[in-house]
Amino acid sequence: MKMEKNTTAENEEKMPLWEVFSQAKSGKPHTHVGSLHAPDGTMALQNARDAYARRGSASLWVVPAEAIIASTPEDSPMFFDPAEDKVYRHPQFYKIPRSVRL
Amino acid sequence: MESQPHNRDISGNTALDEAQRVKRFEERIQAGERIEPKDWMPDVYRRQLTRMISQHAHSEVVGMYPEGNWITRAPTLRRKLGLLAKVQDECGHGLYLYCAAETLGVDRSDLTDELLSGKAKYASIFNYPTLSWADIGVIGWLVDGAAIINQTPLAKCSYGPYARAMVHICKEESFHLKQGYEIVTKLAQGNSAQKEMVQESVNRWWWPVLMMFGPSDSDSSNSEDLMRWKVKLFSNDSLRQRFVNGSVGQAKAVNLTLPDPDLRFNEESGNWDYGTINWDEFWQVVKGHGPCNRERMRMSRKKHNDGRWVREAARAYSARHPEK
Amino acid sequence: MSLNAEIRGQLFNYLLRHADDRLVLGHRLSEWCGHGPMLEEDLALANIALDLIGQASLFYKLAAETEANGRSEDDLAFLRDSAEFRNLQLVEQPNGDFAYTIARQFFFDVYDVLFLEQLSLSTEAEISAIGAKALKEAQYHLRHTQQWMLRLGDGTEESHRRLQDAVDDLWRFTQEMFVPDEVDHTLTAEAIAPDLETLRSSWQESVEQTLREATLELPEDSQYMTSGSRGGYHTEHLGYLLAEMQVMQRTHPGAAW
Repeated sequence: MKMEKNTTAENEEKMPLWEVFSQAKSGKPHTHVGSLHAPDGTMALQNARDAYARRGSASLWVVPAEAIIASTPEDSPMFFDPAEDKVYRHPQFYKIPRSVRL
Repeated sequence: MESQPHNRDISGNTALDEAQRVKRFEERIQAGERIEPKDWMPDVYRRQLTRMISQHAHSEVVGMYPEGNWITRAPTLRRKLGLLAKVQDECGHGLYLYCAAETLGVDRSDLTDELLSGKAKYASIFNYPTLSWADIGVIGWLVDGAAIINQTPLAKCSYGPYARAMVHICKEESFHLKQGYEIVTKLAQGNSAQKEMVQESVNRWWWPVLMMFGPSDSDSSNSEDLMRWKVKLFSNDSLRQRFVNGSVGQAKAVNLTLPDPDLRFNEESGNWDYGTINWDEFWQVVKGHGPCNRERMRMSRKKHNDGRWVREAARAYSARHPEK
Repeated sequence: MSLNAEIRGQLFNYLLRHADDRLVLGHRLSEWCGHGPMLEEDLALANIALDLIGQASLFYKLAAETEANGRSEDDLAFLRDSAEFRNLQLVEQPNGDFAYTIARQFFFDVYDVLFLEQLSLSTEAEISAIGAKALKEAQYHLRHTQQWMLRLGDGTEESHRRLQDAVDDLWRFTQEMFVPDEVDHTLTAEAIAPDLETLRSSWQESVEQTLREATLELPEDSQYMTSGSRGGYHTEHLGYLLAEMQVMQRTHPGAAW
């Protein structure tokens, strides 16, 4: 098919990307539900409701995608494995008499 | 449901060579692990997935045209609301899928570019016209029904963002299928003009829907890698057979016939044997020579061009009014 | 609802107006489906359309019960001719470009929030319930359209020009929203319906504030203003809109869908 001038998305600035977090019900944590494009935060929040909360949500957060700093899989062993064998952080490690209620 | 945002990474380099990386990667997949955006993946995997997910996204968005065609003529308030909600959902699905594709390192505008230039493909079923209200019911029943069969396995595919988008999408699809079948039932139980309308619609859509499952297994390239990487989980023919088996009973329940004189129950296999698909038609439509290919592309380009000044205005405003 | 026959008649007429407003405007917005400037905006416009058509259904249902003459909500929506429709001329105007759609929607949304705030105080429980539910939706719509008024008015030269054109063009439809007729007077006296005249100055103030912030010129006061829609006098556009919207029911009388 012939390509007409100006029918493609070239030469247009990119619309910023936002990550969306939704709190399903009051009391629950916000979880990541996806992303969307919007020119600014106000529109991003507005759009998030239509894109991700059509069937309900208690609260929405939108964050510019570039603001998120994340761990990488290469870091995982260093960041997370040591946590797994620190038994003294787990309740089961500690013994209390059966009859006592804390 | 946990998900992974796009993010800036601060990784260092590890000293594994390419072959070892591929081996580790495939082991992870065999073990049922999910591949996430920041994980190492072979370039081929990244490219295949970008293509697959974006094609899926394009299909959802282009699919808004044939169905959207009847919103303004929906015959009752309830049907008007139902159809508009369905098409809105399809738009949302396109959005989730473009966002999933973007986690692989492309921007939505690049993908839009590919669609509008004719380079990217989308489901060729949407190159057929919706000529009657009955088509709306038949699409919900058969096209969405086929899509569900294709999509449900994808909710378990190896690429995390795609799998999660599919879980979200499948939840919404079930209402689409029910709505379509309800419309079909109402017509099949209606007056003679309505009965004729819905049967005529089935006669037009049945074979193109069977083509939605793609070429027969013997003609499918690409599949081996995709299956080993748990991106494609079942063969085209097996999914197509599953679809036919389900549809026969559904058609019978509302006294509709499927336009295939060779449709016959096979006692041995337990499957419904069906006739030969017109593969010429399939390849012609895929190549751009279907009833609505030009029109869908024209509408897509027009939409994009018409919207340019709006997007520019929104960005200009944000630049001048930074948020605190 | 234990009202006398005369009030019942006026109420039926009244409910039709507000049902028709929302159906026609929702229908216009639904024409954007698949054609919006971004996917996110397609979702937003469809959302507003769904809310409006949903509200229309509630009003039609109540109207059908009030008339109690065997007509259903679909009969009212799909089997009346243009001269029987009671929607504002504003809402039947074609979509035009995105600026035109936003201006039309904004003018309606500012009115709708004010109107529904009052309607939710109606002494008729079913009406106040519709008002309260619709108000939440209208507030959300207004937030959306108001944001776009600012972005288009104060965006680029092109968006500013398009929006100014739209505002100038649509201004003539904005007066009749606040002109009560006999039906309004009767129902306002019964505390069933809001007093439209009390809404006008708030509407003017809100609109002026947004136009100013959006760097737009306010159209002149002395301009010609349209009237008559509540009595069934419409523009040329409604006929085409209804022909399309009603085609299935007209072609297959009595069929079930």
